[in-house]
Formats: sequence, structure tokens, C-alpha cells
Amino acid sequence: MERNLALVALFAALIAALGLIPKFTLGFGVPITAQSLGIMLCGTVLGSRRGAMAVLLFLLLLALGLPLLAGGRGGLGLFVSPSAGFLIGWPVAAFVTGLVVEKWRGASLAVVAGIASVIGGILVLYVFGVAGLAVTLKKSGYEAALLVVAFVPGDIVKAVLAGVITAALAKARPQSVLSRA
Amino acid sequence: MISLTSPVETRAHRWPAGVKLAALCGATVVLFSQEGLGFHAVVFAACLLVYRLPGRRFFRAGVKGLVALWPFIAVVLVWHIVIGAPVEGLVVVLRLLSAVALANLVTMTTRLSAMIEVVRWLAAPLRRVGVNTRALEIGIALVVRFTPTLADKGAQLAQSWSARSPKKPSWRIVMPFTVLAIDDAEHVAEALKARGGLTR
Repeated sequence: MERNLALVALFAALIAALGLIPKFTLGFGVPITAQSLGIMLCGTVLGSRRGAMAVLLFLLLLALGLPLLAGGRGGLGLFVSPSAGFLIGWPVAAFVTGLVVEKWRGASLAVVAGIASVIGGILVLYVFGVAGLAVTLKKSGYEAALLVVAFVPGDIVKAVLAGVITAALAKARPQSVLSRA
Repeated sequence: MISLTSPVETRAHRWPAGVKLAALCGATVVLFSQEGLGFHAVVFAACLLVYRLPGRRFFRAGVKGLVALWPFIAVVLVWHIVIGAPVEGLVVVLRLLSAVALANLVTMTTRLSAMIEVVRWLAAPLRRVGVNTRALEIGIALVVRFTPTLADKGAQLAQSWSARSPKKPSWRIVMPFTVLAIDDAEHVAEALKARGGLTR
């Protein structure tokens, strides 16, 4: 119980910290906010339920007014802004990502975690994100989807990284990768 | 830990947080139910006026929160001019600005402690049916305490990378970063257990 709480809280803090450390760039010069990588890692490392709880805890602190989103943003305004759909989709994305890693044990962890991140962190997340854009900006789903297509390649790179990092973590700290424990 | 609560003391700082949050919910519902340009223009003007009341410093902080929305505003305006419905575009933009302005207003005038009190109040029914909400309270405290600590460790990892390589820190620091978080979590879990754990 204490261990679960500590891991959930520390991963929530990890998402926040990933938004605070100096930005790093991917191979092709795509600047990434590492926070969405953090969401994928919550799922692939902590598993479905604990991963979703870590993300929910992070969102709760965001709503309470702490500037934890990349760029020092935070507060209730985020939840009515056009990107609200992505925030609401985050815990679901972590849950689905974790669920795939828990259930699919046939392939190597790097591959499974990478594909799980694509399913949860991209497919599921974008359904919520696009719906949020469509509602706040009064666009059709198709028009809203056009606005976010540009971010998909960067997110695919992040999903691959999530897979590689998860496999490395399973070697370094096998007991702590709860999605496979 | 820095919060987004404004250091400029306003009258609204003393209003109960629960009332402010309920009013915000109501205002947002009304905003999204109205379609008239006149209505939204008046509401947004009123928002700006309210931001200006406590003084220039408060106003600047408030406007800064709205300026962050400019990419969305640009896209919506260009889009609506292209499809020949500029009035509709203005309504969407003004509604967006007012909704975010009002929500930020609540954040700026409410202290973290007051917000946490609302969470406690909302969680009260759970306590009554026997759910242990102490975990939630400790969880919040842990995140507030460990975010700066982890950010510090992340900055150190980036620095030691820079000391060894002419290239900028890459995604490779995320893996040791996550290991640090996991190790901290294990230590915190031990410490929590040693102090009696979550059941008290």
C-alpha cells in the first residue's frame, strides 16, 4: 500500500519534473515536451490502474493551481482551453497503455511497451484531444483532426523511446516495473 | 513550491473556494450556451475590467495567461475568414478567452491550502463509506514535495551530460531520471511504513 502510493506520487512528480528540466531535442530537431513521454511511461512502468492514478494525481495538482505543465502553465483555465481534451485523455491513455503491457506478454518488453504507447498514448489520447478541440473551437471532428496531424510523427518517436526506456528499466529495476511484476 | 495564486491580495482571496468553483462551473455552462457576438464581447470586456480592478500587476499576470492561447486564436480566426464566417469565428475566440480568463481568475485568487480543503470536502462522502482518503492527502503532499527535488536531479543529469558531451542532452537522460524517481519512491515507501503507514 505505502509502496503503491509512493510510486504513484513519485511518477506524478516525475511528469511534472519532465516539464521543468531544460528541453531536449529529438534526432530530427523536433523539440518535445517530455511530459507526454512521462504519461506513456506511467502506463508502461506502473501498469493500468496505478499509471492512471499517477496521471490523475498530476492533473489534480494542476487543477489546484500549481504551474506544473511544460512552460509553467497550470490552473483551472487549462481545463476549458482547447487542449483540455488532451488533459482529460491523459489518464485514459496511461490506463490503456498499461493494460496492453499487462495483457500482452508474447513479445519482448521493448516492442510491447512501444506498441502499447502508440495505442494508448496516441490513438486513445488523440480521440480525446480531437474531441476537445472540436468542442472548444466549434469544429467538426475532421477539421479538428487536421490541426493535430503535425504532432503525430513526434509522438510516434516518443512511443518508440517509451518502449526502449521501459525495457532498460526492467533490466535496471526489475521489481519496480509493476506492469510486468 | 511556487503556485499560480496571485501575491496581489484581492477581495476575492477571502471568498470561500467552494463558492468560487461552483460559480465558475455555472459561468462556463452559460458561456457555452450563448451564441451572440454582443453577449460575448460584453462578457470578455467585463473579464478584462475585473482583471484591472486589483491593479496593474494583477492585470499583467492575468493577460499573460491569455496570451498563451494565441496559436488557437490565430488558427480559428484565419479558418473562419477563409470559410467566410468571421462573426462566428469571433464568437468562438471571445468565448474561449472569457472561459479561460474566468477559470484563471479563480486560480489566481485562491490559495493552495483552500483548494486542498475543497478536495478534502469533496472526498468526505468517500470517507464515510470507509475509503481511506489519507492516501490522497499524503499523495498530494508527496508530489508537491518531490517535484522540485526531481527537477533538481534532472537538471543535474542534464549538466553532467553537458560536461561529458559537446551535444545537447538527449532523451537518453530520461532513463536514469526514471530510475532516480523509482529509487526515491522505494525509500519514501520505507519511510512511510516506518512512521506507521497510511492507517492511522
